Amino acid sequence: MSHRVIVPIGPYHPLQEEPEFFQLYVEGEKVVDIDIVIGYNHRGIEKLAEAKHFDQVAFLVERICGICSSSHPYAYVLAVEDILGGEARVVPERALYIRTIIDELQRLHSHLLWLGLAGHFIGYNTVWMWAWKYREPVLDCFEMVTGNRNSYAMFKVGGVRRDLEEEDIPMLKKAMDELLPAVDMFRGAVMDDPVIRSRLKNIGILTKEQAIDWCVVGPTARASGVNIDVRRDEPYGVFNRLSWNVILQKEGDVFAKTVARILELYESISIIRQCLDKIPNGEIDADIKDVPAGEGIGRVEAPRGECFHYVKTDGSNRPVRHKIRAPSFMNVASNKVGAVGGTISDAAITLAAVDPCYCCTERLAVIDKPTDKKVMNGWDLIRLSQEKTNQLKEELKDTLK
Amino acid sequence: MNIRDSIRERLGDKIKDWKETSSRRIYLSVDCADIREIVGFFFTELEMRFATASGVDTPRGLEILYHFSFDRTGEIYTLRVLLKDKKHPEIDSITPLFKGAEWIEREMWELLGINFKGHPNLKRLLLAEDWPEGEYPLRRQNEP
Repeated sequence: MSHRVIVPIGPYHPLQEEPEFFQLYVEGEKVVDIDIVIGYNHRGIEKLAEAKHFDQVAFLVERICGICSSSHPYAYVLAVEDILGGEARVVPERALYIRTIIDELQRLHSHLLWLGLAGHFIGYNTVWMWAWKYREPVLDCFEMVTGNRNSYAMFKVGGVRRDLEEEDIPMLKKAMDELLPAVDMFRGAVMDDPVIRSRLKNIGILTKEQAIDWCVVGPTARASGVNIDVRRDEPYGVFNRLSWNVILQKEGDVFAKTVARILELYESISIIRQCLDKIPNGEIDADIKDVPAGEGIGRVEAPRGECFHYVKTDGSNRPVRHKIRAPSFMNVASNKVGAVGGTISDAAITLAAVDPCYCCTERLAVIDKPTDKKVMNGWDLIRLSQEKTNQLKEELKDTLK
Repeated sequence: MNIRDSIRERLGDKIKDWKETSSRRIYLSVDCADIREIVGFFFTELEMRFATASGVDTPRGLEILYHFSFDRTGEIYTLRVLLKDKKHPEIDSITPLFKGAEWIEREMWELLGINFKGHPNLKRLLLAEDWPEGEYPLRRQNEP
């Protein structure tokens, strides 16, 4: 019988926003099973929401995630507006455009963040540094438009809290113009590089059937050929008035997930540009006073996939029940098929490919079961992953010439 | 045949109440005993995607809402069941039908105390290991 070793990944790190705990069962190099434990950061937000009035809940749910911090308030206000008759009927035109711009800016910064970390894990630190360098101007845009680099506090039931200033529009256009060549560069760096291709191809595969079985969402589903995107299927904001494409891949491996996210950057830039060209003048807030009794569902396409909120009201000024389902809740569970069967050097990038919070992986540690002796820590696993890339570079040296 | 007709034809009087709050939000009340059959029909035959399930503690009993997304039309079909026995609420698990329901059923089991019969791996998901047995944070019995 071969020697089975447990590799615990997680759960805590001061930088984590989503602590998760993966236990990999490893025989030799091969991952044979995985146990996923979550809940380390369960803050009871669903329960807290029942004690806050409708305006306060938007701020509360914004704090669920620091990266997609506009998706949760957006899904929440959509749920309340569903009770009021629907976003399109309640919210003024200009506010719809501002909401769409914020939603897409957020996708840009989130995907760039992911790309940088993915680059780091496979030993491409240049990709890491450059991706984060080009993410910075996106955060500057947020600061200019909303006043905050994160947690924008833009969403309220019936509209948005801050208007887009006249001088913001050329600034945003310029930022998009400057970001485009950078995305071109990333596309070239990832799609044309034989080393990255052979490093990421055919690892962590989630087939279309598995993606449906695990009900995954977002780029994780689209990279496996599942054709879903809330922005198209149930348009919110002004997505149905713009021309853009849903990015679909069919392989379901880490490479497909990477390509899907890079190509989505182009769509986001295009969406923001169209919004800036078309944005009308007018009110930004419908000034909603009361929410009647009822129940509503709101969902948006967060950078990681469908973010789902259910709100039940009884005519008072607080929700009676607020159910929140973040996209990672579905996606992280699918690691059970993605990581099993692969090698330990692919584990870091495979677990990361669904885009959970990355910081978890910095707490990787390999423990030899019988002696409980720590033989590897997180950096060692990242090093393993990077070494595999270097090895591939060596092998491919002749073909690269 | 459109999807509403398929549902009406196949399920007939298994649907106790059909409510549409807007053009894309359909709420169907059904009996607990039929849940696995109906969920199987939605997921396999109609190819709906399971979004999530919401457990709600109401004065009449514990309610579970199974939210299914029909992505071709952007509609959300919600199946509503009511478990009247608050002391021993239980219902058939839908996890044997597809893997995507495993976590949310574990969550409802620990937060609301609903027993899912036939769940392959019913253990704690979010609560700490030392959380007392029989205490369900989303139940309302402790509120004034």
